[in-house]
Amino acid sequence: MSFAWAKPYEPKTELGRWIDDRLPLPRMVFNAVGGGYPVPRNLNYGWNFGVLSGIFLTIQIVTGIVLAMWYFASADGAFNSIEHIMRDVNAGWMMRYAHANGASFFFIVVYIHIFRGLYYGSYKAPREMVWMLGLVIYLLMMATAFMGYVLPWGQMSYWGAQVITGFFSAFPVVGEPIRVWLLGGFAPDQAALTRFFSLHYLLPFVIAGVVILHIWSLHIPGSSNPTGVEVKTEKDTLPFHPFYTAKDGWFAGAFLTIYAAVVFFGPNALGHPDNYIPANPLATPAHIVPEWYFWPFYAILRAFTVDFILPAKLWGVLAMFASILLLFFLPWLDKSPVRSGSYRPMFRIFFIILLVDVAILGWCGGSPATPFFVALSQIAAAYYFAHFLIILPLVSKFETTLPLPNSISESVLHGERAEAAPVGQSAPAN
Amino acid sequence: MGYLLAIPAVVLGFIKRLGWVASIGMLVGVGFAGVLTISLLVNLVGYFQAPPEPTAEEGFHRHPKELALKTDGPFGQFDRQQLQRGFQVYKEVCAGCHSLNLVSFRDLHQLGYNEAEVKAIANQWAIEVPSVNPETGEAATRKAIPSDKFPSPYANETAARAANNNALPPDLSLMAKARHDGPAYIYSLLTGYQAQPAKLLAEFPATKTPEGLHYNPYFANLNIAMPPPLTADGQVTYADQTPATVDQMAKDVSAFLLWTAEPNLQSRHKSGLAVLAFLIIATVLGYLSYRNIWAEAKRKVAPKGALDPENKVKRTRASKKAGIAG
Repeated sequence: MSFAWAKPYEPKTELGRWIDDRLPLPRMVFNAVGGGYPVPRNLNYGWNFGVLSGIFLTIQIVTGIVLAMWYFASADGAFNSIEHIMRDVNAGWMMRYAHANGASFFFIVVYIHIFRGLYYGSYKAPREMVWMLGLVIYLLMMATAFMGYVLPWGQMSYWGAQVITGFFSAFPVVGEPIRVWLLGGFAPDQAALTRFFSLHYLLPFVIAGVVILHIWSLHIPGSSNPTGVEVKTEKDTLPFHPFYTAKDGWFAGAFLTIYAAVVFFGPNALGHPDNYIPANPLATPAHIVPEWYFWPFYAILRAFTVDFILPAKLWGVLAMFASILLLFFLPWLDKSPVRSGSYRPMFRIFFIILLVDVAILGWCGGSPATPFFVALSQIAAAYYFAHFLIILPLVSKFETTLPLPNSISESVLHGERAEAAPVGQSAPAN
Repeated sequence: MGYLLAIPAVVLGFIKRLGWVASIGMLVGVGFAGVLTISLLVNLVGYFQAPPEPTAEEGFHRHPKELALKTDGPFGQFDRQQLQRGFQVYKEVCAGCHSLNLVSFRDLHQLGYNEAEVKAIANQWAIEVPSVNPETGEAATRKAIPSDKFPSPYANETAARAANNNALPPDLSLMAKARHDGPAYIYSLLTGYQAQPAKLLAEFPATKTPEGLHYNPYFANLNIAMPPPLTADGQVTYADQTPATVDQMAKDVSAFLLWTAEPNLQSRHKSGLAVLAFLIIATVLGYLSYRNIWAEAKRKVAPKGALDPENKVKRTRASKKAGIAG
């Protein structure tokens, strides 16, 4: 795969040659993340978040496996087994806080990764498969995170499970039997907890498998870049190692520093206090809220308040699923031949509005459903759908794009700061 | 009529131009956005026709007061003296109703008590722990030992509710993490008991605190079942001579409950500083090697580029010659 000028793998030792002849694993690594993988030389820091996602997946799997050695998936014992980990297991508090906050940081990283893809048109041909596999990973992550949040069996765990499995009962006729089948009972209980634990342990490995497909499909055309212009000559690329290993390396250190600061000095800042109250099926919390990374979707769900042809709840559930599923069709919704948002003046404005819109949705989803927040989420949710399904297809038809640079290396000649600017538009000031 | 016949052709042309996916997408988008607009309009009409009544909680519930503890900040550590005082308040006041079922007597070592003291504290604890009579096998109680958790005075939830006007005194082990602003909330609640404001009664006559409940603006619904536990200065006599004002006792027990909720806070802060120091050094080294590696690449990219030092010098020289300020 990859480009003609990619450096071929040459074993440096006899042992290396011996292994390469029998199992070309070192060759595969070299061609994937070593000197044999040419990468556009103009990538900005937005491109660091793919590797960071892999790092956080690893952190989650490692801490999770250790936690599972002590965790006890029982409706009577789960809460106390976690407190046992927090209090009596050596460094157990560190593992648990690293895992709980690791989930949040995994989502932060993945959201930046997704929005980078949205801005730079990374979903466009020939990378549609990369984009769709990424969305599959994202859906798996959401399922894994939701089931993981249920495991401590606190108040928010329990009521979150109640609300989320309740989505299915919105569907007529089949909905309620499906809900009961999924839960293994009429309400979350031992059967639900055990299967959530089982799946919570399984899905990260499924994610890891899809990550391999995601990277495989990425390495066919190679990484996109801030200009959106495809690689043309060797001058446009640098080998992944040492250039991008060095860049990813120091940036991962910087990002992990922020992560460590939260894990050690504000480990409960991103959680909800109610989850330190043991689950009680008889006491509903005043405000049931999911974890912050689901807030925008929760806002979309709650925005539908009127029974119009279909019941409001069904509208909400359909819209919530649609809000993610529509991203699968993005390559065919936005058919502008120009990838990068930097060369699309109209798209750029709407993209910034979308960012604000999603932030507002998140704010609404995390707040109690007062008339103000419901009204605000209705406007924001309407814009969300309008952006992807109405504005984007029209913009891609009618927008006048800026001239693209002839090649990546030509755009780099303008100096790193101006690399995303079109040729002849902003010559460096110095 | 002719115009009407032209509509399908126009629609088809539109679909052809946009593509099938985008055309169906547009219908879906219009559908969702439309239902949302209807929802919004119905809500707005409903809001202005019958605006929601203001509630007593909105106007009179108060955010917790500020509480500064030695544990605050990245360098924060427990104040053992204060924890011991807080433990004394728990023992003499709170333990009458509230258990600490995640904390053992032996954990008191962390507060600075030695083994003999911990044994004595467990042995003399006013509430005995549930047990079984070894002769008859009947339910009984025995004196606590260091490995026991701090017991509840009630045999079960029904007994607890029966003794407390149908309210259940919650376990306090995690209270400092199970409420927003944990310790500050506990401190505010303990010092927040007061007479119901006249203004509240004037605005919401229906919210007069019922018999058996107590007005407290820091409690979510303003009326709490727990009677004021700290009522008079000197209710507890501190061994370290600290004046036992209600405010001081409330602060001390809040600090103590932060310890019961997060006993590893101290080692968390210590190891956190070490981890951060390591990561910052590693990041700086990583950044320097990144600069080093890329310095090569940048020159290779733009041998005659605008940022090339050689070109920069030439440009400056040319600018000077032409009399243009650099």
